[in-house]
Amino acid sequence: MKRTLLTGNAAAAWGARLANVDYIPSFPITPQTEIIESLSEWIDNGEMPGRLVTLESEHSMITAAGSAAATGIRTFSATSSQGLLYGMEMLYTVSGWRAPFVLVNVSRGLSSPITLEPDHNDIFAARDCGFLQIHCASCQEILDSILIAYRLGEDARVRLPVIVNMDGFYLSFTREPVVIPDEESAREFVGNFDPENIHFSASAPESQAVAVLGGGPYSYFRYETHLAAMNGLAAYEEIAEEFGQRFGRSHSAVESYCADDADYLFVMLGSFATKAKEAVDRLRVCGWSIGLVRPRLVRPFPASQLQHLLADRKGIAVIDQNISMGMGGVLHSELATALYGQSGKQPILASFIGALGGRDIAIEEFFEIAEVIKQAASSGVTPPPRLLYTREELREIRKLQAVARAERDELNNNSGHKKGEAQ
Amino acid sequence: MSEKIEKMIRSTRDLPSTHLLGTGTPMCAGCGGLEALNGIYDILGEKTVFVNAAGCMTLLSVYPFTPFRGSWLYTAMASAPAGAQGIRDALDILLEQKRITTDDDLEVVVLTGDGAAYGMGLSATSGAMERNLDFIYVCYDNEGYGNTGQQYSGATPHAAKTATSRGFAGFRGYKKDLFSIWAAHNPAYVATVIGAEPLDLAKKIEKLRGMKGPRMIIALSPCPTGWDFDPRETVHIGQLALKSGIWPLKEYIDGKVTHTKVPRKRVPVEDYLSLQGRFRHLFEPTRNEKLLDEIQARVDSYWEKIEQDEAEK
Ligand SMILES: Cc1ncc(C[n+]2csc(CCOP(=O)(O)OP(=O)(O)O)c2C)c(N)n1
Ligand code: SF4
Repeated sequence: MKRTLLTGNAAAAWGARLANVDYIPSFPITPQTEIIESLSEWIDNGEMPGRLVTLESEHSMITAAGSAAATGIRTFSATSSQGLLYGMEMLYTVSGWRAPFVLVNVSRGLSSPITLEPDHNDIFAARDCGFLQIHCASCQEILDSILIAYRLGEDARVRLPVIVNMDGFYLSFTREPVVIPDEESAREFVGNFDPENIHFSASAPESQAVAVLGGGPYSYFRYETHLAAMNGLAAYEEIAEEFGQRFGRSHSAVESYCADDADYLFVMLGSFATKAKEAVDRLRVCGWSIGLVRPRLVRPFPASQLQHLLADRKGIAVIDQNISMGMGGVLHSELATALYGQSGKQPILASFIGALGGRDIAIEEFFEIAEVIKQAASSGVTPPPRLLYTREELREIRKLQAVARAERDELNNNSGHKKGEAQ
Repeated sequence: MSEKIEKMIRSTRDLPSTHLLGTGTPMCAGCGGLEALNGIYDILGEKTVFVNAAGCMTLLSVYPFTPFRGSWLYTAMASAPAGAQGIRDALDILLEQKRITTDDDLEVVVLTGDGAAYGMGLSATSGAMERNLDFIYVCYDNEGYGNTGQQYSGATPHAAKTATSRGFAGFRGYKKDLFSIWAAHNPAYVATVIGAEPLDLAKKIEKLRGMKGPRMIIALSPCPTGWDFDPRETVHIGQLALKSGIWPLKEYIDGKVTHTKVPRKRVPVEDYLSLQGRFRHLFEPTRNEKLLDEIQARVDSYWEKIEQDEAEK
């Protein structure tokens, strides 16, 4: 065991190293690249066994990860944003192969417009693909979650690939103190991958991922995958419990902070929840009864835990770092689904969208959000979804637009002149 | 190496008399792709895993049946070579770690149509060759997206009618030279084959079996459904493809291209074209001399160049 400062990317690389992975199909993309660079360096220097291969695309990378896992070896891969979407066909495909591996996604906003900074539209685009999802809020959590993810994915009840998600820049490039477990205890915890019947071998021919005819068999295999994902809920609890006992760090499926007695709650995913925690602290000083709930496990969705945690509150603010065009925040609608039809008085469930493309959420905005849900709770009227944006930001974008307009006019005038001259 | 192999298969009498691949598949009657696959599978045998891309052959393995005695993995349309990469690497790792013995090792064989090979999967194939992946690629080339109803692909020949080139001139583009594109990667082996020439096919598969690295095969696959001809004509049309010089049988090893069967007296291309509904508009209601001449001229100039090269040697 050693405590040191690590970026989120380095923590992810350590997670893969300690999980004793055999195979790493890779492809570069900012802000993930440091993960595969670290692993590649360790392998080249002989500091870790394993084989790293750079494919020519993420589509191929996910295919190779799936087919290697389907041959029975422990596989790791990492991507982000455009890469996750480029591989999307294969995310859906390989989860149906029921061969577990771990994929780290470093969340980054999607094009268009193209950006490097984080939000969760990439990972939510993969919401329904059959990979389980663990969302991290700290560098320590990234390392720990990778170890947990191997246990979870390889569990005989589950047998599914798992995505461990972190926010680009805010975690990927931020150094935090991280405890690196010693190799032996990490290996003891993760164990060897026992592929059982997952293999390609001359002595036991196997047809995998074959076509089906008709909705009957198709539905059967799709339901099976869903039920396996649902089995992940109980499996996760057991594995996280064991992890806690062994390493002294608890990573429950849903983190709650100052939530026990709180009338009001923020609900958020990932590292931006740390900002919400600070807001909770400051609001509590001013006498607010407020807390934070942060789902770590997003697939399978820990609905009953959330129902329990969110019951009997006055108001809940779901702050989504994603936007489903024409609908709104995805986490908000998932929570609404979980809470609908529960007995007892239902809390106000208000939707806020913020932090797209790495946009900050200022502490004052959390105060404002708290105020909005408090007023909603007393009036009993749920406020319309809010797109967080400040007057200052609007002024800034107006300036940029003015510059763009001026430049275009200039260009038009000049080319007009030239045309005139030529005539 | 090849010396020993050529001793093994010298004449058609050395070819197996029964096929290893199971029967009763949902391929169309007279499928030239299946004909080629039969010949290939007889030699590669059951210590193989076929990695398939979306296409007609995907329906070979429909739960719970398969005609293969070995293994199979269906991937997607674009990434079968990457699927092969994952399996090959995994088998190597398992061998290294002594978790399996060489007895359990498999030859990894990619099986795709031309749509995947000439188009969507070309980048994945290029990547696999550039990484010198030890695998075999079998492209059955039915010159169109067959499974979706024979729309034109990068392999469709000039003037052919397809579901997306129904005009009076047929397909306006030209068949892409995949053999050369593959060969430009300098893989261990590239060859063209056809089911109608089983001896040449068998010799080539026997030869590549003894090699390592990327070994690439394009099998012209007369397709009764997509080319519109009577299923019993498959072999005949395949032979005419050779005799007319439309489909040159060749191989590439160590930077050198060799023609394995040179049609010395070529029959006119129209003998080949006129048997297929996809070229009927070249003959009916009136002969399109211009197009026919153009197709003939392209074939002639190909072989003139080959004959010249040979004469210079
Ligand atoms: C990404 C993707 N796009 C389109 C398809 C639809 N599709 C299935 S088979 C096929 C044709 C494949 O053509 P080819 O590779 O020539 O094989 P063939 O059908 O001729 O056997 C297409 C377009 C698909 N399965 N996946
Ligand atoms: S459409 Fe052509 S290639 Fe496909 S199965 Fe039928 S005959 Fe064979």
